[in-house]
Formats: sequence, structure tokens, C-alpha cells
Amino acid sequence: MPIDREQVKHIAALARISLSEGETESFAQQLSDILDQFEVLQSLDTTGVTPTAHVAGLDNVMRDDEPGSSLESEESLLNAPRRRGDLFQVRAVLDE
Amino acid sequence: MTVPDHTVNHLWQLTVAEASRLLAAKEISSVELTRSFLQRIEEVDDRLSAYITVTADAALQQAQEADRRIAAGEYTALTGIPMQIKDLLCTEGTTTTCASRMLEGYVPVYNATAVGRLREQGTVLLGKGNMDEFGMGSSTENSAFFPTRNPWDTERVPGGSSGGSAAAVAAGEAAFALGTDTGGSIRQPASFCGVTGLKPTYGRVSRYGLVAYASSLDQVGPIARDAADCAVILEAIAGQDRFDATSLPVPVPDYRAGLTGDISGVRVGVPSEYFADGMDTGVRAAVTAAIERLADLGAELREVSLPTTEYALACYYIIAPSECSANLARYDGVKYGYSHQGDGDMWEAMERTRQHGFGPEVKRRIMLGAFALSSGYYDAYYHKAQQVRTLIREDFDRVFQEVDALAAPVSPLVAFPIGERTDDPVRMYLVDVYTLPVNIAGLPAMSVPCGFSDGLPVGLQLIGPHLSEGRLLNIAHAYQQATDWHNDRPSL
Repeated sequence: MPIDREQVKHIAALARISLSEGETESFAQQLSDILDQFEVLQSLDTTGVTPTAHVAGLDNVMRDDEPGSSLESEESLLNAPRRRGDLFQVRAVLDE
Repeated sequence: MTVPDHTVNHLWQLTVAEASRLLAAKEISSVELTRSFLQRIEEVDDRLSAYITVTADAALQQAQEADRRIAAGEYTALTGIPMQIKDLLCTEGTTTTCASRMLEGYVPVYNATAVGRLREQGTVLLGKGNMDEFGMGSSTENSAFFPTRNPWDTERVPGGSSGGSAAAVAAGEAAFALGTDTGGSIRQPASFCGVTGLKPTYGRVSRYGLVAYASSLDQVGPIARDAADCAVILEAIAGQDRFDATSLPVPVPDYRAGLTGDISGVRVGVPSEYFADGMDTGVRAAVTAAIERLADLGAELREVSLPTTEYALACYYIIAPSECSANLARYDGVKYGYSHQGDGDMWEAMERTRQHGFGPEVKRRIMLGAFALSSGYYDAYYHKAQQVRTLIREDFDRVFQEVDALAAPVSPLVAFPIGERTDDPVRMYLVDVYTLPVNIAGLPAMSVPCGFSDGLPVGLQLIGPHLSEGRLLNIAHAYQQATDWHNDRPSL
């Protein structure tokens, strides 16, 4: 399935990645080539086949809700690119 | 074959078991052993680049601590043994980059469970292994920092994504390493570098602290000199963990006790689809000879068929990128990691952070996954792939009613020249065509050195049903007791 530059830009927006013109061009070609490889799946009849959720069949794993220790705020903030006091600093989310 | 020399300068040649015995007998100290590995890293790593970070000072401190434990009689088979950890696994206080600009300088405040369990036994951390960025690649050329070179031929790749770990063990830069395997990332580099690697059953080892790439496929496992060493390491890291709900609530067997070396009557299946046209003739010859050797040792060979094998590549490259696009959404430049510092609003800063923080292959997979999950394409790609995943699992289930294990090549190729495949993603993906199905089905599998093709190592892949690690280790152990391929070392 061919992917054009407009579709690449749409996908990049979904993935929140800025792309240069060169990247847009090469991704259009490469994603098209990769999607061609996926066509083989369409030849396989999967009517009524249950999709795999967990390979060993585990589901809804429960444990007791016991309070325990967690990271100190200083540890949580250790790798913060920008902080103000004990808070992560972010850019404005709402317009002024 | 190299004969181990126990003078201090050559301690790096010891296996885990040999070093452990000498430590327990007080013939060597962990400090001497650690110094020997650090010296070896000093000597050869400028040619190989197997390490992103070397933690020499901390390693010597940990070695002193291990020596105190041994002196006090409080030790295990791993106390004082120097190891390398793939840089995708969190190490408390030691930079964990995932070979990405996005996490350059990131210092975790906790250990991955597998790392923590090894450290509790007193292992010594030498440093962090180079890899393809976030585990995405088959050659370690996708490291944002530098490629790793194959110790058998430095013009060739070591495989990937755990290429730094396999190269380090092959070159004697660590007694063993922990790698991770999402589509072949332990087995394929182990094969290309001539060392022994084990990808455990999905859920056998906790994924806590393994920086997520594709959570339904990722597993942590050992890369070591032989199957006996892999057994010791697996026993240490396996088992349920309250921090990973997908870890299996199953007791951990005594893997070492299971190494009887007796494989008479073990039914070994040979899947015809794993010997397709186009495979390297030397690989075919070496793997075929290895399978015949298993028969000489008493295994019963049977030809079997896994007809869904041809769908595994497409299935994997839909599921893994889909999970990757969701997992890597966390890199927004706010909580940790690279953050765009220029002008712009929140969204622009996030988009620039991700543009500059991620390398080309990571972006390619995020984009592919975002596409496969997007409205209008979800059913045709993601849902379809998850159904095909069920068919691939059922194929293995059916075959494992007839046989106890499968024997096949790890890769159709040996290590290829650096740069040969970087411009063509599809050609790179085909390198892993025989390792991907195992992850899709969540099975355990090993790579065992079984010969050479034009001077480059070939790996025999052993695949078993869920939780059959003990059986696979024993088959590999029987083979390694009868052969010397795993003792060969590259000359550097």
C-alpha cells in the first residue's frame, strides 16, 4: 500500500513528531515498502480467530491493596529537564 | 581453542563457573578478577565499542564488598562475578541511555528487577552495553552514539539489538551479560558473536526496569560463555515479581541440577520452513551438522512443519511498532530525558523534542505503529496481526505435541559488513526471520555456537514450549559437552 507525503505528515502529527522535508520524503518511500510486506497477511483467513491478548493466558492479575513506600519527591524530580521547587515545570497548556 | 590461563592477567578468560570455583577456593579474589576484566576492556574496547559506560571505580568497590562476603562465607555461585548490563535495563545510580539521545544522561533511581536480583547475589557491574536505540535494530548500528564491532571481524556488525553485550562476552570484556530480546535481540547477536544466549519464556523474568519497547514481546535473558553459565544466571533472575503483573506465578526450578547432559530419547523437531532458499550455505552446513550431532547424542529427530512461519515477519512488524508507538509516547521532554529548549508552545516543544531525541529507526517504528493503530487501518493491520499471532501460537502448540524441542538456525546469515543494510529497512528486518516467531508465541529459545561460515560464528537455535528452559539448557549443555565451538575465542 503506497503512503504519500500527506499521509506521512498526518501520521507524524498523530505521533507528535516534527519531520524535516527530507524525512517526510524518505519515510513515505520506506513505509510504503514496509506496508507492501504486510500484504501477505491478507491471504490468511482469520475469520473467527480470537486475537492474542497474553501468550500464556494470564488476565486480570490482582494483588492485595497494601500501602508501601514509593519514590521521594526529590528522587522523582532527579531527571526533570525543568523544575520549579518541588514541581515539574511545563509550558503553558492553555492560551493566555 | 584457548586454554584458560589462571594468572591474573588472563582471568578474563574464565567462565562464570570456573571463576566461581576459584573465588570459593580463595585462589583468586573478586578484585583481581574485576581488575582483569577492566584491563581487558581498556585493551580492546577502543576497537569494539561494546560499552556505552564503564563504571570502573564502582566495580572495584563492589568487588571488595563481594570479597568480604566470600570471606564471611555468605556467597552464591554469582558473588564477585563481573557482568555487563545492556543499556536498556535500569541500573540505580548508573546512567541508562537506551543508546538514545533522548535518555543521554538519564540516571535511574531504581534497579530493574533482574539487575537487582543479580546485585543482591553480589555480582559486579562493569558497565552498560551498547545496543540499537531502544532495542530497535538487528546490528547495533542504530545506537545514537556509535556502532559496536564484531570481535571476529571488526569490519562487521555484532548483530543486535544486544550487540554490545554479545560482543563483550565474546571478547572477554565481561564474564556474562544481561540482554533483552523482543524479536531476536539476545539470540541473533549471540549467534553472530559465537556466544550462548537464552531468551526465556514471556513472563519467566520480570520486565520491571526494562525500558519498554514492545511490552507483549520483551524479555530479559543471559548471554554467557556456555549453557551451564546461562542456567546459573537464569535461576538468579527468574520468578514472579510484584512490580510486573505479566510475570508468571510459577516456581523457579533448579536449572543447574537439570544439566545431566543426557538427552537420549528427547524428540527434536526440525522445521522445514527454517531452512528456506537464500540462506548462507555455511550456516546450513553448520546447523545441519549440529542437528546430526544431537542425534548422535541420543536425540530422536523428526521433520516438522510450521506453515505460518512466512507470516511472522509481517505480524511482528505490525505488533511491535504498535506497542512501541504507545510505549514511547512517554518521551515528552517533561519528566526526564531530552527536552527541546527553544521557543514554541507545549505541542511544538514536544514535537521538536521527539524529532531531535529519537533516531531514524525509532521514528520509523513509532510512525508505523501510529499508522497501524489509526482510525480506518486498525482492523486491517493491528487486529489482523493479533489474530495471526494466535495462528502462529497454535502452530507451535501443535508441533510441541509431537516433539520436545525444535532445532533450527538462529539467522539465515552470519555477521554482515557494517553499513551493508542500513539504507534498506526491509532487508534489515529479514535478518530476524527465524527469531521473530518465538517472541510472537512467547516461547523460550537459545542460541548455541555450532561452527563457522567463512570464519564467522554460526548459531544453532533451540526452541521449546512455554517454561521448558531447563530442557533447552540441558540439550545445549549436552551439545557443548560433546563439542568445542563455545570455547573458541576471537583473536584481538
